[in-house]
Amino acid sequence: MALLLLLAIPLAGSLALAVFGARRWAAELNAAFSIATFAAACALTARVIAEGPMLVAHEQFFVDPFNVFLIALTAFVGMTTSLFSRPYMRVEEAHGRVNRRRLRLYHSMYQLFCFTMLAALSTNNLGILWVAMEAATLSTVLLVSLYRTAASIEAAWKYFILCGVGIAQALFGTILLYFAAEKILGAEGSTALLWTHLDAVKGQLEPTVLGLAFVFLLVGYGTKVGLAPLHNWLPDAHAEGPTPISAVLSGLLLNVALYAVVRCKVLVDGATHSPLAGRLMMGFGLLSLVLAAFFLWRQRDIKRLFGYSSIEHMGIVTFAFGMGGPVANFAALLHMTVHSLTKSAIFFAAGHAAQTAGTQVMDDIRGLIVVSPTIGWGLMLGTLAILGVPPFGVFTSEFLVLVTAMREHAWATPILLLALALAFAAIFRRVQAMVFGDSQLKPLPHSPALLPVFAHLLLVLMLGVYIPPALAEWYRLAAKLIG
Amino acid sequence: MPTPTWASQLINLGAALLLLSSFAMLSQRRILSLVNLFALQGAVLSASTAIVAHTSGATHLYASALLSLILKVIVLPWILHRLIARLNVRWDTETQLNIPATMLVGIVVVVFAFALAQPIAQLSATVTRSTLGIALAVVLLSFLMMITRRKAVSQVIGFLAMENGLFFAATSATYGMPMVVELGVALDVLVGTLILGVFFFQIREQFDSLDLHHIEQLRED
Repeated sequence: MALLLLLAIPLAGSLALAVFGARRWAAELNAAFSIATFAAACALTARVIAEGPMLVAHEQFFVDPFNVFLIALTAFVGMTTSLFSRPYMRVEEAHGRVNRRRLRLYHSMYQLFCFTMLAALSTNNLGILWVAMEAATLSTVLLVSLYRTAASIEAAWKYFILCGVGIAQALFGTILLYFAAEKILGAEGSTALLWTHLDAVKGQLEPTVLGLAFVFLLVGYGTKVGLAPLHNWLPDAHAEGPTPISAVLSGLLLNVALYAVVRCKVLVDGATHSPLAGRLMMGFGLLSLVLAAFFLWRQRDIKRLFGYSSIEHMGIVTFAFGMGGPVANFAALLHMTVHSLTKSAIFFAAGHAAQTAGTQVMDDIRGLIVVSPTIGWGLMLGTLAILGVPPFGVFTSEFLVLVTAMREHAWATPILLLALALAFAAIFRRVQAMVFGDSQLKPLPHSPALLPVFAHLLLVLMLGVYIPPALAEWYRLAAKLIG
Repeated sequence: MPTPTWASQLINLGAALLLLSSFAMLSQRRILSLVNLFALQGAVLSASTAIVAHTSGATHLYASALLSLILKVIVLPWILHRLIARLNVRWDTETQLNIPATMLVGIVVVVFAFALAQPIAQLSATVTRSTLGIALAVVLLSFLMMITRRKAVSQVIGFLAMENGLFFAATSATYGMPMVVELGVALDVLVGTLILGVFFFQIREQFDSLDLHHIEQLRED
């Protein structure tokens, strides 16, 4: 029931906003739907805590320890982003960058995007997972080009084509997976794509087919995770789209795509009994981390900078999942959570910073702390959190990843440390220059909503010093499940 | 399962035609002809799916054959025709296209696809297993087409042709995916094409052309 509500509310919201999205109170309506979605997610979480994992609707949908916290996280960030987007889009409208008709598209697609991600997370059917992932791209592609500038249209085109080609590879991988599964589970009753059934028989699946399928799935969903060398769309889409969309792309979509990869990895590991899948993920993860660390030095646009930072962090998580084992998986799950919270908070602050300065070029943004202490401190604290300064949660997860790497893959430790140090220096020198110093900038016409920023950062801080027992239990169970 | 030879011959013929149409698209400069070739490929796909359905007795494949007939032979080509008429690019040609070189790369791609599909095809129990290599080849050839084209419309046709290849792979390896998944994929393809249509107008409005070399400003310098 709670699951049905969770999916029905954003879908209804998308339809309602397609009708009423041009009204003056559309932003409030959008926020109301997102709050309702979050309430449904809370109800669902409470039920899972009380009754354990569930399998509903002819086993087509399920909630287990691996996806329950991601569902809650997605609904939470979806809610805070809708709260942030209310004043943000007002300012954009006042600046004349969007009109009412485009706001209607924006609000409707925002809800649809939330729906597709929640569907992708909660479905048990790997085919539906693919469909939902593709739908997530489709619903955001017109949002990336919302401002209709040359750069934004180019970014959206790149996003569409690269992710479209990528996800086509993932479809081929899914077909191969189905092909292997159908021989064991049979085509009747169409259970051969249900993850729970596949998980039960993963030892009998044909190893060669699954190995090949995983290559296609990793490349396909990996494009959406933003793994190098398929990451080209990510910085463009983050920089040119409206900031709330950058926040949900970075904070949520990347997580969901990685979730899809990891679900497939569980099956492939069970079938091949070889470290192939893990090694592939480690390689891609490390490459993304290193490449992003170097590219961070060349950025001049504030949102591009943090887009590359997302690639870097997704690289860390992919690497950690690749290493496997209880500690690394635990760290990867924690890192997914804290990265998503921190990065969306940073985008909120960076979006308002860019609005205040009237540009996204970092050289022209100065003295934020003088103009608006909340924006300045929000950006500074968010940056410190994402760079892994203790006691924020990012430190905990990165520390665990490093410790595991040192014990099991010592050769990777210097690379990890070097890349993290490079990224630290690259981001910190930029942000420090933007936050401190003098400024002649004027404050914004609508007071910015920075409550979400500090709420997120507070949560990240909390996860750094104390992880609630239910969450820790899910992390442990999910880490065991992933293997 | 004993297969009537004429049916398996027909399926092989369909697969060969599919591959041929991929090569035809790869070497076609004119956009209008590309759309027609795409419709033809859809028709071949739909027909061979129906034949597979007939020989294997997998009745749900009739539904997918019908679905691809409606979507890929009627709806999508119709949308594309209207788009290129409205955008007035009907007689546009791809000028920067080295056809002999592309064809040579295409042949290498086909050999690669067959080598990749060989071990898997041997495991398959379907009557159509020998065509899995062709399906993979169609996917990769469409990919090649997307890389070599500079016009937005041709890139999109490459994208749709890739989906044709995937659909054929699903039919030949496993007698098709579960219906709900196929419907979802079809919906995504349709919506995607519509969104791309909107895009064409945005691109043209902004750049006065559908040539993609205008829109390569965003790069790391």
